[in-house]
Amino acid sequence: MAEVLVYVDHVDGAVRKPTLELLTLARRVGEPVAVALGNGAADTAATLAEHGAVKVLTHEAAEYGEYLVVPKVDALQAAVAAVSPAAVLVPSSAEGKEIAARLALRIGSGIITDAVDLEAGDEGPVATQSVFAASFTTKSRVSKGTPVITVKPNSAAVEAAPAAGAVEALSVTFSDQATGTKVTGRTARESTGRPELTEAAIVVSGGRGVNGAENFAIIEALADSLGAAVGASRAAVDAGWYPHTNQVGQTGKSVSPQLYIANGISGAIQHRAGMQTSKTIVAVNKDPEAPIFDLVDYGVVGDLFEVVPQLTEEIKARKG
Amino acid sequence: MSLRIVVTVKYVPDATGDRHFADDLTVDRDDVDGLLSELDEYAVEQALQIAEDADDAEVTVLTVGPEDAKDALRKALSMGADKAIHVEDEDLHGTDAIGTSLVLAKAIEKAGYDLVISGMASTDGTMGVVPALVAERLGVPQVTLLSQVSVEDGTVKGRRDGDAASEQLEAQLPAVISVTDQSGEARYPSFKGIMAAKKKPVQSWDLSDLDIDADEVGLENAYTVVESAAERPARTAGTIVKDEGEGGKQLAEFLASQKFI
Ligand SMILES: Cc1cc2nc3c(=O)[nH]c(=O)nc-3n(C[C@H](O)[C@H](O)[C@H](O)COP(=O)(O)OP(=O)(O)OC[C@H]3O[C@@H](n4cnc5c(N)ncnc54)[C@H](O)[C@@H]3O)c2cc1C
Ligand SMILES: Nc1ncnc2c1ncn2[C@@H]1O[C@H](COP(=O)(O)O)[C@@H](O)[C@H]1O
Repeated sequence: MAEVLVYVDHVDGAVRKPTLELLTLARRVGEPVAVALGNGAADTAATLAEHGAVKVLTHEAAEYGEYLVVPKVDALQAAVAAVSPAAVLVPSSAEGKEIAARLALRIGSGIITDAVDLEAGDEGPVATQSVFAASFTTKSRVSKGTPVITVKPNSAAVEAAPAAGAVEALSVTFSDQATGTKVTGRTARESTGRPELTEAAIVVSGGRGVNGAENFAIIEALADSLGAAVGASRAAVDAGWYPHTNQVGQTGKSVSPQLYIANGISGAIQHRAGMQTSKTIVAVNKDPEAPIFDLVDYGVVGDLFEVVPQLTEEIKARKG
Repeated sequence: MSLRIVVTVKYVPDATGDRHFADDLTVDRDDVDGLLSELDEYAVEQALQIAEDADDAEVTVLTVGPEDAKDALRKALSMGADKAIHVEDEDLHGTDAIGTSLVLAKAIEKAGYDLVISGMASTDGTMGVVPALVAERLGVPQVTLLSQVSVEDGTVKGRRDGDAASEQLEAQLPAVISVTDQSGEARYPSFKGIMAAKKKPVQSWDLSDLDIDADEVGLENAYTVVESAAERPARTAGTIVKDEGEGGKQLAEFLASQKFI
């Protein structure tokens, strides 16, 4: 069976969930071979093996942390040369897309970004994408070279599928471009203790209606009662009420959770672009005409300052 | 020596309008209103600020697109860019990101550059890969997705706010950068700017001007094929209740019925 390369997104050896989802998708197309780079690369092997990686190619070098994007492209290119895979799958983060694109160009292949599903086809893997703010669904495939496809978080279930996961050292020669863009400083984002926005099963968001940074405590309390991540509209972010890293929408994060709760958010097209594919959508908004109500499975027309705290209390009471 | 800045801007269908596909499954650009991609306004803005801070700089805006794409160039010129280049050719219809990056790279080389500035993503394709591809083709550093940027003594510095960390980046010119919508509000064209833009030069180049063969671009030669495009079925109308004092409890009841609590 053909091998499929899966680029591993990890932090010091801790594999992030989207990579495990990629392994599920990769198994539909071939045998997953994982590529893990940088500090802690070898520590990823056990988790990857548990989820179906037959092999884990690893390479550790300071360059991966000290320079932007290109060292990782060099390594992935070396992996493609070593394995001759049927496809290359990369998590759809901002960096993942850039790595994938440069790789595709170098190996003379086409690239598909932001797939939300993947299946085997007669002429290679077929990717489903959600476009124009999720108002259309397309199916596409790469018609030249080895398909390079980036896949959004929450596109597949994480499945246990034990495989060998044999660790092999990848040999990488860095290109002249590898050291072009230096990372001169890095401030890790402080953990809030809440789930990662793009990976969360439930997202609770607040918009302009929240009316002030201090009021976001109401949104956070609801999120915590459900074990959810907190999101915000751009209006709330621009007003300085919540960090940009939590923005949902076209220029923020794109989320696809089981449940999305929009509070005081009108539902502008750019916001919908980032949440429209959520399974269940719920909104609280005092304006019955707000476009968000066109999307909801359940909506409450009312003042969020009344409805949200009551909801939080009720959830806590029911959970005991 | 003068700092030569090239800003890549895309003409896109209006996101607030009704966007759809043409019969050949390319983005329909004929039957819809278009405009300068809002995310590229931030690129123009940063170019203008960098130029204002430099002793001597020239800002050229570059677009690859159909006839109407001139509107995007006009807008950028009225914001304050100095001149514009429009790459237009019948054979470009349906070109994908890989092909677009080829055309942009050739045009940027022909124009001459020290710094290329792009938007974070186009509002229609939203791939966010063209700047990285252009950097790869030009063989220069990629300093992308910056929320803050400055250029001094031939070095570009900026901040990239990623998922896991916020990174401080640095590279020598020539380089390709892209800026996010966090980089600073884009200015509105002034009346004077709009008048002045009418007199600014707009060059038109076709594929032969860039030594690109027709078989390197276009729908036929794209590296990807769209096999089908279907409008997402409208979500089935949900239940909407008016809060009469029990709205939160009703919502909790719904969430419980869906097994979320
Ligand atoms: C290029 C571009 C990119 C963009 N990217 C994004 C993006 O990534 N994400 C994004 O979100 N937006 C984005 N936007 C902005 C988008 O167009 C909207 O302006 C934004 O989403 C509006 O945020 P909002 O819904 O919170 O605010 P508003 O549209 O002002 O809506 C506030 C809502 O709160 C309701 N409300 C007020 N008070 C209460 C109360 N007490 N109780 C209940 N309801 C109340 C109101 O009825 C209203 O419906 C982008 C715009 C552009 C041009
Ligand atoms: N046809 C085009 N003409 C000029 N610039 C473009 C074109 N397509 C993409 N770009 C630039 O590349 C950026 C990212 O585009 P994309 O990768 O398509 O999301 C845009 O913000 C533009 O700066």
